[in-house]
Amino acid sequence: MTNKILEIENLTVSFDGFKALNNLNFSMNAGELRVIIGPNGAGKTTFLDVITGKVQPTKGRVLFKGKNLKKIPEHKITRMGIGRKFQTPRVYLNLTVRENLDLVANRNKNVFPTLFGYSSSTEKRNVAGLIETIGLDAKADLLADLLSHGEKQRLEIGMLVAQSPDLLLVDEPAAGLTDEETANVGALLLSLAERHSIIAIEHDMEFVRQIAQDKVTVLHQGSVLCEGKMEQVQNDPRVIEVYLGEPPEE
Amino acid sequence: MDSELNIGIYKKKKQQRKQLIEAGIIIAIALIFAIILPIVLPAFRLRLFGRFLALTIVALGIDLIWGYTGLLSLGHGIFFALGGYAIAMHLKLQIPEGQLPDFFTLYGVNKLPWFWQPFYSFPFTLVALVVIPGIVAGLLGYLVFRNRIKGVYFSILTQAALLVFFNFFNGQQKLINGTNGLKTDTERIFDLLVSSATVQRTFYILTVIFLVLIYLFCRWLTSGRFGRLLIAIRDDETRVRFSGYDPTGFKVLVFAISGAIAGIAGALYTVQTGIITPAIMQVAFSIEMVIWVAVGGRGTLIGAIIGTLLVRLAQTFLSERFPQVWLFFQGALFLTVVTVLPNGIVGWFKDYAWQKVQFLLGLRQPLVTYPQIEEDPAIQREREQLTRE
Ligand SMILES: Nc1ncnc2c1ncn2[C@@H]1O[C@H](COP(=O)(O)OP(=O)(O)OP(=O)(O)O)[C@@H](O)[C@H]1O
Ligand SMILES: [Mg+2]
Repeated sequence: MTNKILEIENLTVSFDGFKALNNLNFSMNAGELRVIIGPNGAGKTTFLDVITGKVQPTKGRVLFKGKNLKKIPEHKITRMGIGRKFQTPRVYLNLTVRENLDLVANRNKNVFPTLFGYSSSTEKRNVAGLIETIGLDAKADLLADLLSHGEKQRLEIGMLVAQSPDLLLVDEPAAGLTDEETANVGALLLSLAERHSIIAIEHDMEFVRQIAQDKVTVLHQGSVLCEGKMEQVQNDPRVIEVYLGEPPEE
Repeated sequence: MDSELNIGIYKKKKQQRKQLIEAGIIIAIALIFAIILPIVLPAFRLRLFGRFLALTIVALGIDLIWGYTGLLSLGHGIFFALGGYAIAMHLKLQIPEGQLPDFFTLYGVNKLPWFWQPFYSFPFTLVALVVIPGIVAGLLGYLVFRNRIKGVYFSILTQAALLVFFNFFNGQQKLINGTNGLKTDTERIFDLLVSSATVQRTFYILTVIFLVLIYLFCRWLTSGRFGRLLIAIRDDETRVRFSGYDPTGFKVLVFAISGAIAGIAGALYTVQTGIITPAIMQVAFSIEMVIWVAVGGRGTLIGAIIGTLLVRLAQTFLSERFPQVWLFFQGALFLTVVTVLPNGIVGWFKDYAWQKVQFLLGLRQPLVTYPQIEEDPAIQREREQLTRE
């Protein structure tokens, strides 16, 4: 019927009466790279929390490939094909880059297969390929603790891809990066977008311009303020008022 | 491509050599323990040392659950005691048919309680002393982990469980002789007195064998993907969920294994002590187990063994000469380790001393690290955030 990968209907999340998300509606096609922007506290991270099952909706529902995600635990949602990158890079610091990826690439994540199983040669090849994609060949056997901030960001994105998810959720992948690293991460996301649906949350306008090929959604106070191409959104007076703060230079 | 392959082969060879060296060391130490010590040590010293070795086994179990998986159990006395009681009940039943273990008559019990029956069987007892503690640990773990209880709350719950068991065992005179516990020294096994030198030496050698086997088992468990997952759970459980794993099953399994190991340790300890009483489930003893692992070095396995032996040998030495100072010494030792050597003796050796030694011997260049990593503000901020969570 539809090729909507994600549909969100009348979603409300309240924390002790405070509505972090307020009657939010959202939908996105398979294969799209969607960028979500919004001021601090707009509810962007909470939005991802609901999709991934970390937070349960107070009202409304989330459909992934047409299936309601209500009450499904996080690991099952992940196995259904949603991968998530956190706002601060969260990799396993006491494992090497390769071990980090291998853990995620494991095809059967139940207890006993993990205990008795070995990494298959396909998995090993996948991991080796991924290490190349994220540009960490030279540091593959280094503890993740020793990586720089940007390298950790890339490693975590690599870990998402290792799950071979259909939908990637990345929360502020460019936060705290140098310009060069930002460009690296942007290029990485764009190349991933060829084969995955992606939701990227971002603050950095430079970065948003780099990666926003499709639609941009603006969140404000827990609801969608507006949606459209980057140029439209940038020139929308409401957006300028709540978020960009000042009119664009041109 | 070619050079990469060569590097791969070289690495493999180096790894194999390392494993061979390690296997050699383990065999050598095991042989010294099993053959030389029984010759040179007087019987009562050997018996004491055997008890210490039994304690190193429970320390391995603690290291699995705490050092690798990050769950601080303060209730391992339960599993230790269950193993000890299982073997003691079997030994108590080595009496002419129709008779009851002596203590029952004191309380006017003239029929063997039903749950004693299966302990007539030696094979059943052997299975029970592993499986019962394992199942109890697994059940407790399941209830706790399913509800996502972790950190301090987990520790408090294990301690509470320990108190429940302690009080229950103390109160059951008619079933297991309550506070007085079960004496094994005067019982017989395979028609030999349990306290005789031959039997005790056999128990000692069995303890060495079990220690080696359980050590190897723990090594296997922690070295592959499974072990890496345990470390991942310890470091960032939420991330593990979002990698598609359900941590609950893994934690339950490790806790059950850890409990089963404690059961084996408890049985070996009991037969070399001569008695088991509920006092083994006192809070202080379960905390002491944690101290051994902390002193030796969490998450190193070998550290658990070294820590236990060191603390216990120091205790024997000090309390023989200066009986009053031991408790102070133990407290001071723990404080020193926590503040000065947070990774324990083995951790310190690995992180620092070993490199120094290698450097002094000219085996290795001094390590070049990335100083900018330590200074990068983004990294510091992120570390803070991670530790806060
Ligand atoms: N568990 C929680 N309990 C109470 N309030 C919460 C909780 N999580 C988030 N909030 C609140 O919900 C609002 C939205 O938070 P959220 O983290 O989603 O914002 P954000 O758009 O990701 O902001 P940022 O750009 O700073 O990352 C904030 O006001 C926050 O304080
Ligand atoms: Mg956020």
